[in-house]
Amino acid sequence: MKNSVEVKNISFSYGKTEILNDLSLDIKEGEFMVLLGPSGCGKTTLLNCIAGLLDLTDGQIWIEDDNVTWKEPKDRYIGMVFQSYALYPSMTVEKNLSFGLRMMGTAKDLINEKIKKAANLLQINELLKRKPSQLSGGQRQRVAIGRALVRDAKVFLFDEPLSNLDAKLRAELRYEIKKLHRDLSNTMIYVTHDQIEAMTLADRISVMKDGLIQQLDTPKQIYNKPANLFVAGFIGSPSMNFLNAKFEKSNQNIIVGNKQIDISKYENINNVINDQEVVFGIRPENINIEKNENSIHCKVELVEPMGADTLVWTSVEGNPISIRLEGSSNFNLNDEINISFDINKSSIFDSKSEERI
Amino acid sequence: MSTIPKGPRPKHLTIGRIGLYCFIIMCALFFLMPLYVMIITSLKDMDEIRAANILNLPKELSFYAWPKAWSQACTGFVCEGLKPGFVNSVKITVPSVIVSVALSALNGYALAFWRFRGAYFFFGLCMFGAFIPYQVMVYPLLKIEDFLGIYSSLPGIILVHTIFGMPILTLIFRNFYASLPIDLFKAARIDGGNFIKIFFYVIIPMSTPITIVAVILQVTGIWNDFLLGLVFAGRDNQPMTVQLNNIVQVDYGVAEYNVDMSATILTSLVPLFVYFISGRWFVRGIAAGAIKG
Repeated sequence: MKNSVEVKNISFSYGKTEILNDLSLDIKEGEFMVLLGPSGCGKTTLLNCIAGLLDLTDGQIWIEDDNVTWKEPKDRYIGMVFQSYALYPSMTVEKNLSFGLRMMGTAKDLINEKIKKAANLLQINELLKRKPSQLSGGQRQRVAIGRALVRDAKVFLFDEPLSNLDAKLRAELRYEIKKLHRDLSNTMIYVTHDQIEAMTLADRISVMKDGLIQQLDTPKQIYNKPANLFVAGFIGSPSMNFLNAKFEKSNQNIIVGNKQIDISKYENINNVINDQEVVFGIRPENINIEKNENSIHCKVELVEPMGADTLVWTSVEGNPISIRLEGSSNFNLNDEINISFDINKSSIFDSKSEERI
Repeated sequence: MSTIPKGPRPKHLTIGRIGLYCFIIMCALFFLMPLYVMIITSLKDMDEIRAANILNLPKELSFYAWPKAWSQACTGFVCEGLKPGFVNSVKITVPSVIVSVALSALNGYALAFWRFRGAYFFFGLCMFGAFIPYQVMVYPLLKIEDFLGIYSSLPGIILVHTIFGMPILTLIFRNFYASLPIDLFKAARIDGGNFIKIFFYVIIPMSTPITIVAVILQVTGIWNDFLLGLVFAGRDNQPMTVQLNNIVQVDYGVAEYNVDMSATILTSLVPLFVYFISGRWFVRGIAAGAIKG
């Protein structure tokens, strides 16, 4: 499939502060790409560069086989949705939607037709005559999405569009955006720091930190096979449990304090070197409470019931460990338990390079 | 006996409150006193004024001073009252306010949203310009206008007021626009607006409160100006303030205090009127982050 957006070796700096350095990213046609990362990682800067709102220090941006590096935002076939909605406060919803088309000098009939279509799609027909100040947050964001829709953009850019909404609305609009992508199948680039949004919406996620792409892959791969310690810790809530350990080749064990864990079932066991310092990572749902020859004895220290599931906290050699269990499971403080790890679902990182082994 | 706290807290008139009210009332009286004296003096005839008792109410109301101040009082050799001055002031104020506010809004918009190289330097320059006492620039400006051939003319005085108004107005507009969400501007750029279109369609419709503040500042400033009007307007275009001065500063004959007082009140009516009708907007505009910073 051909690429819709190509970011070629771009650099960007504010004065002397380098935000992006030699970053490249290809986004396929119709793909839903999520840029995920903590604040300050450069994801919004990257989006603004693609939109043409910031001038690159170096590199090129191609949209639909067109080098748009020096083009104005309006000539890049894009639509953008902002966190702050950015609706024009003095215009009605209808005028907000039509603003871009009016600026381009589109015929009135065509404008009305497009507004009608977008309003139907987003269920904002009743709001057309209102001013933005008379709308709720969710309605405002629908209008903002509509404004991108009517422009027939080839690429949609979303800059943390749901961050200002409450949890319930966020889930609702997330669903709407996903549906929109299914129906329109436009290329979409979506910036967020919310991993749930990233996991649910993305075809591919690019996890960013300090202006660098840490991992670019499908949500499943990123969740199950994080490329490094940062990605492993950033994705997943509650986050992955980590144990600092040393590998013993002879019996294929890692040693954590006084405890030994057999990791012979790990997929890349052959790449682990004897005496290598490693970080053993295991997700809370990949820990079972069962007694076997490889299990570790510990005590329940805290229980967090979350409805659908229950989180049980314990510790191994002083490292806190969370275990995700069924909601119906019943544990009390200080219960003695035996836990065992699902080694083939674990991740092992070199503790120096922090890369996955 | 103590009551159990329940429901709204009871309101007490404390000593502090009473003191505060007393202070406020005294301040009001202090500032209203001259106005009171001006109004009653303008309504007395000269005999009563000569009898002193400046604070007494007029025994007999006499209105003759008002029409005299408006259309007959002598300013130098001409005895047409303040009316020509009023007309001149309107001719000076209206174009000066429109031009300076419009240009400053455009400048402020460019400074806030289109960050060009050296924008901060320019901003600092405006700040500097806003605080230079303009007496310093009167002479150089006079030479420049003389060179341009507009000294002592209506365009000349309008240009001077526009120039002196722009630094502070640009600052005010720039600060107001800097407080608007930048995303709005980004959205407008993606929607296809260029420099001028964004200004007209997106920015101006949001500028009502700050424009009103700017207009009030300019109207009162230009209307009350004496020095620039005296120097740059020329004999035919002297504003109301200059003519008022000519009425009050008589070199011969009797000083008619009642006429002076009514002339002064007449001259200050325009700024007063502007404040009264727009006070609400003025406060709102300042609260919108305008004059801060």
